[in-house]
Amino acid sequence: MGDPGMIVLFTVLLPVVGAGLVLLLRKNENAREAATLVTGVVTFAHVLALLRLVRAGETPRLDIVQIVPDVWLSFEVEPLGMVFALVAGFLWPITSLYAIGYMRGHQEENQTRFFFFFAIAIAGAMGVAFSGNLFTLFVFYEFLTFCTVPLVTHHQTEEAKKSGRIYLGILLTTSVGLQLVAIIWTWVLAGTLDFRTGGILAGTASTGVLSAILVLYVYGVGKAALMPFHRWLPAAMVAPTPVSALLHAVAVVKAGVFTVLKIAVYVFGIDLLQTLTTTTWLAWAAAATIILGSLVAFQKDNLKARLAYSTISQLSYIVLGAMLANEMGIIGGGMHIAMHAFGKITLFFAAGGIMVAAHEKKISRMHGLGRTMPITFGAFLIGSLSIIGLPPAGGAWSKWFLGMGTLEADQLGLLAVLMLSSLLGLYYLLEVPVKAFFFKPLEDAHHKDGIHESPTPSLIAICITAAATMGLFLWPDLFYELMQMVVAGGAQ
Amino acid sequence: MSQNLPALLVVVPMLLAPIAALLNRSGPAWVVAAGGSWFAFGAAVQLLRRVMTEGVIVYSLGGWAAPIGIEYRIDMVSAFVTVIVTSIAAVGVIYARVSVADEISEDRHALFYAAFLLNVCGLLGIAITGDVFNVFVFLEISSLSAYSMIALGHDRRALTAAFQYLIMGSVGATFIVIGIGLLFVMTGTLGMMDLAQRIPEVWASGEGDRTIAVAFTFLTVGVTLKLALFPLHLWLPNAYTYAPSAVTGYMAATSTKVMVYLLMRFFFTVFGEQFSFDRMQLDMVLMPLALVAILAMSLVAIYQTNVKRLLAFSSVAQIGYMVLGISLGSVLGVAAGIIHLFNHALMKGALFMAMGCVMYRIGSVRIEDMKGLGKAMPWTMAAFVGAGLSMIGVPLTVGFISKWYLVQAALAQGSWFVAAIVMVGSLMALIYIWKVIEVAYFERREDEDEIQEAPLSLLVPTWALVAASFWFGIDAGTTSQVAISAAETLLGVMP
Amino acid sequence: MISFTLFNYWAVIVLMMVGFYTLISRDNLVKKLIGLNIFQTSVIMMYVSIGKITGGTAPILMESGDHGGEVAVDAGHAAVEVLYSNPIPHVLMLTAIVVGVATLALGLSLVVRINEAYGTIEEDEIARKDNAR
Repeated sequence: MGDPGMIVLFTVLLPVVGAGLVLLLRKNENAREAATLVTGVVTFAHVLALLRLVRAGETPRLDIVQIVPDVWLSFEVEPLGMVFALVAGFLWPITSLYAIGYMRGHQEENQTRFFFFFAIAIAGAMGVAFSGNLFTLFVFYEFLTFCTVPLVTHHQTEEAKKSGRIYLGILLTTSVGLQLVAIIWTWVLAGTLDFRTGGILAGTASTGVLSAILVLYVYGVGKAALMPFHRWLPAAMVAPTPVSALLHAVAVVKAGVFTVLKIAVYVFGIDLLQTLTTTTWLAWAAAATIILGSLVAFQKDNLKARLAYSTISQLSYIVLGAMLANEMGIIGGGMHIAMHAFGKITLFFAAGGIMVAAHEKKISRMHGLGRTMPITFGAFLIGSLSIIGLPPAGGAWSKWFLGMGTLEADQLGLLAVLMLSSLLGLYYLLEVPVKAFFFKPLEDAHHKDGIHESPTPSLIAICITAAATMGLFLWPDLFYELMQMVVAGGAQ
Repeated sequence: MSQNLPALLVVVPMLLAPIAALLNRSGPAWVVAAGGSWFAFGAAVQLLRRVMTEGVIVYSLGGWAAPIGIEYRIDMVSAFVTVIVTSIAAVGVIYARVSVADEISEDRHALFYAAFLLNVCGLLGIAITGDVFNVFVFLEISSLSAYSMIALGHDRRALTAAFQYLIMGSVGATFIVIGIGLLFVMTGTLGMMDLAQRIPEVWASGEGDRTIAVAFTFLTVGVTLKLALFPLHLWLPNAYTYAPSAVTGYMAATSTKVMVYLLMRFFFTVFGEQFSFDRMQLDMVLMPLALVAILAMSLVAIYQTNVKRLLAFSSVAQIGYMVLGISLGSVLGVAAGIIHLFNHALMKGALFMAMGCVMYRIGSVRIEDMKGLGKAMPWTMAAFVGAGLSMIGVPLTVGFISKWYLVQAALAQGSWFVAAIVMVGSLMALIYIWKVIEVAYFERREDEDEIQEAPLSLLVPTWALVAASFWFGIDAGTTSQVAISAAETLLGVMP
Repeated sequence: MISFTLFNYWAVIVLMMVGFYTLISRDNLVKKLIGLNIFQTSVIMMYVSIGKITGGTAPILMESGDHGGEVAVDAGHAAVEVLYSNPIPHVLMLTAIVVGVATLALGLSLVVRINEAYGTIEEDEIARKDNAR
């Protein structure tokens, strides 16, 4: 397929081309959607091509333009980025499929704008995944923030406006106020922003300074939703469900935790992390977020809100994995990016399906719906199992490695946190299918008649992700292999 | 011809000004103004290139060498500033055609273009002259023409704004004259290079220390008054708000920038870094003022309801960034200041021009009148968003480059506090830019279909600046190289 | 020690303060301009004082050939028989006077326009009229 560098460029640019096509074909809905799907599939094919190269030990690299002396906008594909790109690339066409059913079923306005920015956002996610240095990472990180704003505020209501403010406010405050300072500080200290195995910061400044920079980074990545910078995620839930599903369960939030992992591994390096005072402290901050997120999720009756807090809690698993500063933790964190993505997107798909088909948002009103929508709720069950970390779903593996990581780091307390969170998850997630399948339908339900399954395109998407979630339990090797490469020193 | 380019740069606009006035018809006067501006732009670019390859250009007017005669002295800094001024003027004059026709009555067009050319001439003169009294003369040429251009605004408050500016500007200029006089008393020369040589001698002799310190103070206060450093900014918001749109866009991007240049020239070339920072402890004065400017003026900007006024306060805050860079006193800091001159010129020019487009179509720039413009005037508002991203400092825009160098300079000196305030400032910029965007895109208006997109003659210049603000944000190699070598020239650090 | 020989500088300072005070304290725009003008004039006087050398004559080359056409620029130190005043500050002030006149003219024309637009040239009344709208 030609020059590897070009493939990287194409992978990032294809969604932009797709967005252009969407704009061009706005008069014809079917053609427009076909454009999205085709670009999605082609993009994923490119990602797969890159995957082959990465597994063969190559790191395709492409320097695009020198911004200021010695700071380049450049792409580099390494295993960790590959994990993220695979997840985002695979789920984009699936989500598009789902979105077609959802947006039409829900009779949403401004669909062209929706699909346009959706594609652009994927380009941003690909850019984050393949960024070759901290600067490029930051560029696409911010890019992703801005191009998802029109999606969050899609309905243009007062509520959407308010959410848009919170969304932009928190994400930009953290990224500009903390992360950018940390990046420039790194530049001043290390004189480079490249990602290198073993890190670039070791030995450049005192432990105290580096510890402070670590804190700036971890909190500066607001997309990782570490408390108290998590409010944007529930706020973003006003967006149409496909947005919540792909962006706020996969692309945006995963871009955040991916950044944390990447910084931990390639900027600080595991060895340096272990010596910093704030590492453990941040691990406990993540642990607190895990528990608090679960507890809040507990109280939410709105299904999407509950899923949002569950996401906050789950994201901190990955931050925790990074802050454990050992191989198992990193492997677990990286795998959790993929596992959680598949599980959570299934849950969101199901939630959206319920909304379109039965017009219900509240869990307390979902009694008995499982009988009329068995596939949707069945998928929800599988997704829940993955999030909780039970077989036969992929989530079990990442939790396993994270657990191993806590043991290796001699942090039994953190292991207990993981267990407790799983127990909480067991309750707040399984409550939904249990109510749907085993409870009697409500008397006053206004939708007694005429309930059917989710729209067909959506249903297909739900089935695919649910199957993938189970498949990942049986064949997690790919992600494990990639993460092994990360901790073993990339492709060097 | 090319030998006399430094003189022509100033003389051509100056001579074209009376011609424009005499033609006394809108069209021909505009042609003259456009010709002059574009000539100056070409000349400035040519000069910058020559400075980059050959080094400092010295041009003695009338063949009289300094200190007897007046010399034009073009080094990296002045060449860069002339490019900033002329590029904005060249874009601005294109923009002015339609905007001026809309906002200023027909019989005054020729006079407007004459004033415009004089202003360009004055600003360029300040930038390239090597004689301090000559600075004053050009300063007054640019100021007087600026007062009259502001007074042409269609709101009657433009008159009071221009008057206020005239009073404060003249006081500032007079302060500068006093400072120059005191310097002359102590050194007997007016040439910048001569002064740079003699001031340390006089200072070292111990006799003239106090007089030179007083001269320094007068000059600093005078120039900071002209560049609207907080708290001497009071003339600026009204002047920018009520001036014709074309004037605001052009002036916001040029005049304060040239004053910042002048400040650097005095601090680093004439008095020298040692005197400015060790003897006068400039950083102790300028840095707090700059930081307060950033925070307080951004805060005030957030509460404005007139977008031009909002942007004006934002300008005062942005001047804080430039002065902050100077007050750091390091090569990186000064380079950050210099590069922000250029970058801010691009983005603020674009923002004001976008507002001019809005003015042209709906006759108001109050926030509440901008409802639904995201739909009605998509290109105009997209330009506003694009330039607004730059104000916030989003990567791949020029605003980011400025911030990159400024924060780097602050952190290199361990001033994390300064770095933090710079960041807080850009977040406040986010708030005031977002305020406008929110209204334009989220509110609807009834007459959405009746409002048309601004004409191309306004949109093209606006977008030219927006595009430049992205271009120089992505490929900042040249600008940052120029800025750094300019800073090195100023600080006397030869690479 | 206050030297009597420096009395013109004291006059300069007094004038400067008078002008500056008028400029700040008066509401009437014309009075403001008058203050500004006094302020500027004081600076002109300062320059003129700088250039004047006690006993110096106008810097026109003397006919007499005895002096060999020597021109004393820095008369304070040069030991020549004919003392010349320093012409440079005086020449500079020609420019400054022109600038001052131009400023005054522009200022006054602005006042005329303000009077047409507002019907008053009192600053407080103008402010009231602006706020009333």
